[in-house]
Order: sequence, then structure tokens, then C-alpha cells
Amino acid sequence: MMNNSNLSKDRFLKMVDKASPNSHIFTNCLKAFVVGGLICVFGQLLSVWYLSLTGDKDMAGTLTSVSIILIAALITGIGKFDNLAKFAGAGAVVPISGFANSVAAPAVEFKKEGFIFGVGAKMFVIAGPVLVYGLAASVLTGIIYYFAKL
Amino acid sequence: MDYLKAFVIGGLICVAGQILIDKTKLTPGRILVAFVVAGCVFSGLGWYGKLVDFAGAGATVPLPGFGHNLVKGVIREIDEAGPIGILTGGLKAAAAGVTAAVLFGLLTAVFFNPKEKG
Amino acid sequence: MLKKTGAQTVLMREPVSIISAAAITGPQEGQGPLSRYFDRSTEDMQLGCKSWEQAESRYVEDCIKLAIQKSGLLDTEIDCILAGDLLNQSIGTTFGVRELNRPFMGLFGACSTFGLAMALGAMLVDGGFYQHVVASASSHFCAAEKQFRFPMEFGSQRPPTSTWTVTGNGAVVLSREAKGRFPRVTAYTAGKIVDLGVNDASNMGAAMAPSAADTLIAHFKDTGRAPEYYDLIITGDLGHVGGELAVSIVREQGYCLKNYSDCGIEIFNRETQDTHAGGSGCACSAVTFSGYLYNCLTEKRMNKILFMPTGALLSTTSSQQGETIPGICHAIAIENEVDS
Repeated sequence: MMNNSNLSKDRFLKMVDKASPNSHIFTNCLKAFVVGGLICVFGQLLSVWYLSLTGDKDMAGTLTSVSIILIAALITGIGKFDNLAKFAGAGAVVPISGFANSVAAPAVEFKKEGFIFGVGAKMFVIAGPVLVYGLAASVLTGIIYYFAKL
Repeated sequence: MDYLKAFVIGGLICVAGQILIDKTKLTPGRILVAFVVAGCVFSGLGWYGKLVDFAGAGATVPLPGFGHNLVKGVIREIDEAGPIGILTGGLKAAAAGVTAAVLFGLLTAVFFNPKEKG
Repeated sequence: MLKKTGAQTVLMREPVSIISAAAITGPQEGQGPLSRYFDRSTEDMQLGCKSWEQAESRYVEDCIKLAIQKSGLLDTEIDCILAGDLLNQSIGTTFGVRELNRPFMGLFGACSTFGLAMALGAMLVDGGFYQHVVASASSHFCAAEKQFRFPMEFGSQRPPTSTWTVTGNGAVVLSREAKGRFPRVTAYTAGKIVDLGVNDASNMGAAMAPSAADTLIAHFKDTGRAPEYYDLIITGDLGHVGGELAVSIVREQGYCLKNYSDCGIEIFNRETQDTHAGGSGCACSAVTFSGYLYNCLTEKRMNKILFMPTGALLSTTSSQQGETIPGICHAIAIENEVDS
């Protein structure tokens, strides 16, 4: 297809690459490192504290995850998680806080479409695939482990 | 020292995510999927468990830790209950986290409304 | 006799006057450089409505009513409303026009919708079918984010090439029998769909730039005009990235644009407002024209403008299916009648 400008796709896409500014990857990574690291330090603090309370390492880990999920959902609710993620990028999204936000944010946004097909269904638009492929990968790993053990 | 290790390893895992965001056109949803699946794979290979021993929350709090948790659960159940563990182990181990995310998500929707930006 | 000239352009034979214009925007636009040209900028984007979508309809209704009021016409004198928006099945528009009780033609041209409405409205008036027509278009930042990107509270970073959807509505009243002198629609170059393979939905300016260049070149060829004919050639929402690309494509064809800008560049301050590559959305060109450009014409600071709203014709479904982003651009010449 020839358009009025006689420009080929290949050449145009090269022009686009040249004209499009890149993200400030270094500062973005630095912010992600610091914020992500701090969330993990907070997790470490919690798990040490929960361990001292329960004496059970698995229980402490579970309670730590649940606590971070609760806090992230709360920050999402008061409308600050998007600001945090805008600043920290992957630093806020990659820890379990990002998973909690990916559930809570669509749940809040689609409230207007009702609690069944709005909140209930849209809650999983982002978290759904995480569960689907996480579970699938764990089952696959389990199968390999089972047969390798035989 | 444990805190420093958690900070550095947790931070580095996040940096890997940031590089994916900035260098590829992957949307955050895809990055979450990739990290959980990567956690499953590395856990299956036995690497992620070692990272958890080293960095504690620095490895369990980021999303690959969730994948690791699923696989750890599957392997434990296979050892304890046989092949049915392939199906039961993952969710058993992740039950609290998944239920908490769903429940707190629901409660957030009950108590809050979306706010505009800018 | 046929009013078409060249391959894509029509010339109006009858004087199609733009007898009034109204622009109502959201708060972000109200803090931008064009603030004083808007009739009103709201304090929030919710407007006391239950949802973002209802709020968008509120902008539509209020703005069309205001444009009619400013024209001095009665509601019943409006023969037809031509309007559209970005939401699925154009619900922003339909629910805004619902109570107005006027004949309605819903249009979709993505972010080029305002140009499409103005051009078709001008042709209907020029053709003698209608006396008074309203052309209008709207968009809403939150409603568009919710439909096309992520929920408001979802944590994500906007890449530097991304644009900010303008909140608001712009509307004009086109009329064949103007009492007094008003800017006139004199020519319309209908755009073709041009797709040069950009598939990054965070870089819509780049996706649309080839279509803007294509329509502009067609306009020059069809009319025999040079860029200097116009005081201003202004595209709809290419932003900083797309605007630069459009200018370089056109330059390769031998047209040097010295009087070029883009509504998406004009509407926000790149340094102080966190809007990255500029403004976008149907309302971007609609409020920039109905507020700022209409004022430039009526105050005679400019006499000839080529107004070129651009649209990215994608949907979330086409994006997920891996399709590239087709662009379109409609060029409308608007001129003051000059004493000879």
C-alpha cells in the first residue's frame, strides 16, 4: 500500500525509535531498588517479629505475606498506591504488594458495574493470569518432581 | 546483616522487574505472571530455596517468592501424600495469601471509591 | 456541480459559519496554558456523578447547551447534533445528548471525531440540508484509562511517549445564515486510514503521525495551497513525539512547516504538568479549537487555520490480538472572510 508520503514501514519504525524518548532507566532502577529493598526489609522485620510470637517459621512467613497484602490493599483504597508505583515502578509492583494492588485496584474501579460482575469478576483481570500460570507452573514442576523421585 | 541481605536481594529482584518495564513493552500484568512463573521454575531447580535461606524476606516478599511457595507446597504434599499433592500442594501453601488478597480486595471495594489523578 | 476537488478534498460553496463555540474542561486542562480560553474548567472530574462515564456525559450535555446558548439560537432551531467520543458504543455522547431532544447522528473517528463532526456538519449545511448543526466531541481521562489502560488505583508507570487524555467537551454551532461575520469552514480533506506498523499503545502520537502527514500532503496537492497559505496548521493529538514525526515526513515531500503546532502540545505545559508527550483524546482537539483557536479567529489574531484532528483507530481487542494501530486524520480549513 502506497500512501501520499511514499514512506515504508521499516523506515518509519526507525524514525519512531529515534524520535521517541527513552525512560530514565538508571534513576528508575535506583528508585525500584531502594523502595523494593525497603519493602523486603519491612517484611524481614515482620517475619522476625511473627517468629518470636509464634515460634513457627512457616506461620511467620504466611503472616508476613498477609500483613503486606493487607497494607497494600489499604494504601490502594486510600488512593496512594498508584502514586507509590509511579515513583518506585517495579519496586512497588514486584513485591507481593503489587499482587495485592492488582486485585484491589480493579475491585474498586469496577464497583460501579456492581458487586457480582464488577468487583467479583474484574478483581481477577490482572491477578487471574498470575494464579493460572503460577498454579500451572507449580503443577508441572510437581509432575517432574514426582517422576524424578520414582 | 539479615536486613541488609533482604534489602539488597529484594531490591535487585525489583531492579530486574524495572529493566523489563523500561526495556520491553511488557505490561505490568505480564511482568507479574513472568515473575511468579520464574519463581516456580527456579524453585523447581532448587535455586530459589537457597536464595530464601540467604536473603529471607528479600526472596520471599517479591513475587517469585509466591511461585516458590507454590512449588514448595506441591513438593511437600507429594512427599507426604503422594501424587495427589501435585494438585493440592500449591493452593494449600498459598491459601492464606490468595484468600487474603481476595478478601482485602473485596473489603477495599466496599469501603473505598476510585480517585482521580492529576 | 461537484464540490470535490482533487483526490480527497471538498470545497464549500456556501458560507458555512461557525457562529459559536464552547469548551468545558477538567481541572488538569484548567491549570494548563490555554486555561483562560475555556468557558469553564471544573474542579474535579467526577462532577458529583456516580461514575466517570456519567461525568463525561455531563460534560457533553453542559457544553452542547452552552454552545447553543452562546449562538443565540433556540434549542429547537438546531437541526441536528453530530457528536462522538472514545467510550465503547459512544456512551459518553449518547447519554449526554439523550435529554437534548434534538436529531442526533453519532460518529466514531476515535480522537479525530471532532474534525469528522465539523466536516460532516459543514457539508450538511453547505449542501442545503440543514440550517444549524452542532458538532461536538468529548473524552474523559478516568473513563478512558479505565477502558483502555488500567484502573485508576492500579500501580503503573507511564512511559515518556504516552499522552494524557484530555477531560472535557468542545462544541461548535455551524450555520448557513449568520447574522454578522464569523469564521467559516471553507474546505475539508477527508483522511485515509494509514498504518505504518506501530503497535505500541503507549506511543499513539507515532502511530497517527503518518496519517496526519498523508492528509496534509493530500490537502496541499488537492488545493494547490502551500503551507504558507495558513497562519497555523494544527494537528489534533500527536503530542511532542508524533508532531515531530509528522513534520519530518512532510518535509521529505518538500513541504516545510514553519507554522505548525499540535493541540496536544498546546493544551498542557510539558515542564510543569506531568503529562509526558502531551494531550490526547477527542476533547484534546475539540476544546483547543472551541476555546483557543476559535478565539484566535474571532479576535483576528489568525485568519486562516488548517485544523487537523487525528485519531488512533484501535480497540483493546485489536491490541490484544496483536494488531498494529491504524491512524486517521481529517483536515478542515477555517478562514475569516477577508475584505477585498
